[in-house]
Amino acid sequence: MTIIAAGTTVPDFVLHRGDGSEFTQQDLLGTTTVLVFYPFAFSPVCTDQLQVYEEALEELREQGAVLYGVSTDATWSQTAFKEKLGITIEQLSDFEPKGAASRAFGAYFEPAGMTNRALVIVGPDGTVAWSHLADSPGDLPGVNLIFDGLSAVTPA
Amino acid sequence: MGDLTSAPIAGPRPEDHVRGDGELVIMYADFSCPRCAVAALDLQASGARVVFRHFALKARHPRAVALAHAAEAAGAQGAFWAFHDALFADQGHLDDPHLWARCERFGLDVARFDVDRRRPEVIARVARDLREGMRAGVTATPALLRPAR
Repeated sequence: MTIIAAGTTVPDFVLHRGDGSEFTQQDLLGTTTVLVFYPFAFSPVCTDQLQVYEEALEELREQGAVLYGVSTDATWSQTAFKEKLGITIEQLSDFEPKGAASRAFGAYFEPAGMTNRALVIVGPDGTVAWSHLADSPGDLPGVNLIFDGLSAVTPA
Repeated sequence: MGDLTSAPIAGPRPEDHVRGDGELVIMYADFSCPRCAVAALDLQASGARVVFRHFALKARHPRAVALAHAAEAAGAQGAFWAFHDALFADQGHLDDPHLWARCERFGLDVARFDVDRRRPEVIARVARDLREGMRAGVTATPALLRPAR
């Protein structure tokens, strides 16, 4: 599966926030969005990833960007994961139909039936500005890559 | 705040905490991290020249950042490495009374220690280390970096 390419208009998708409400492509408009696709809540690498990304939220806000965690875990599991880590990164669930949104972004790992580890930055116009697919789901992309990618965003 | 784009790791600087005289290793670590304690022992046994930098994440452990500040405050009294070793040697005792006990064991001025660990420059240094580590791609601890010569 190939990750969605820069310059592509974001496809239609539906994810679910922690309160169960829908999060769709309409929610991306007007703001720079960083979607962090990760395999599993509570897994070791995903734990490391969200803990270190949490440290970058202030800089992201300064750049007008909002970061979300996306996985195929249920909203309840994501909420428990977030609470356990003590982080504030909002979680978006791709639970049912499982992985449909992740597949639309090319961020699904078919061999293991899980979200792949990928980063997608969407500009305020709803167009993908930058994307990154890890060489393997076990590879953790550094915070620095997100900020390198933000330079590709065209301001609204 | 500011820039978190990619940047190479800074080489040894005068203000760095450095120990050993073998191969240069820049270690990004957290005193609450058990794997860091093991790595520190291995590095010391290897005789490596270790530059210690903090990679203390708020979400990693409730004492991670406080311990980094404490080690810097001990360093202000010439006891960084003694504190480093003592923290890694007993990660079951990391609350303030345990830090004060370590201070007393090393003959440090506890009142000064408590003032120093809250100083803006100490807080800024720990934050700087974290930011530099993130810019170099560090994502977890321990991270052992060997800069190109």
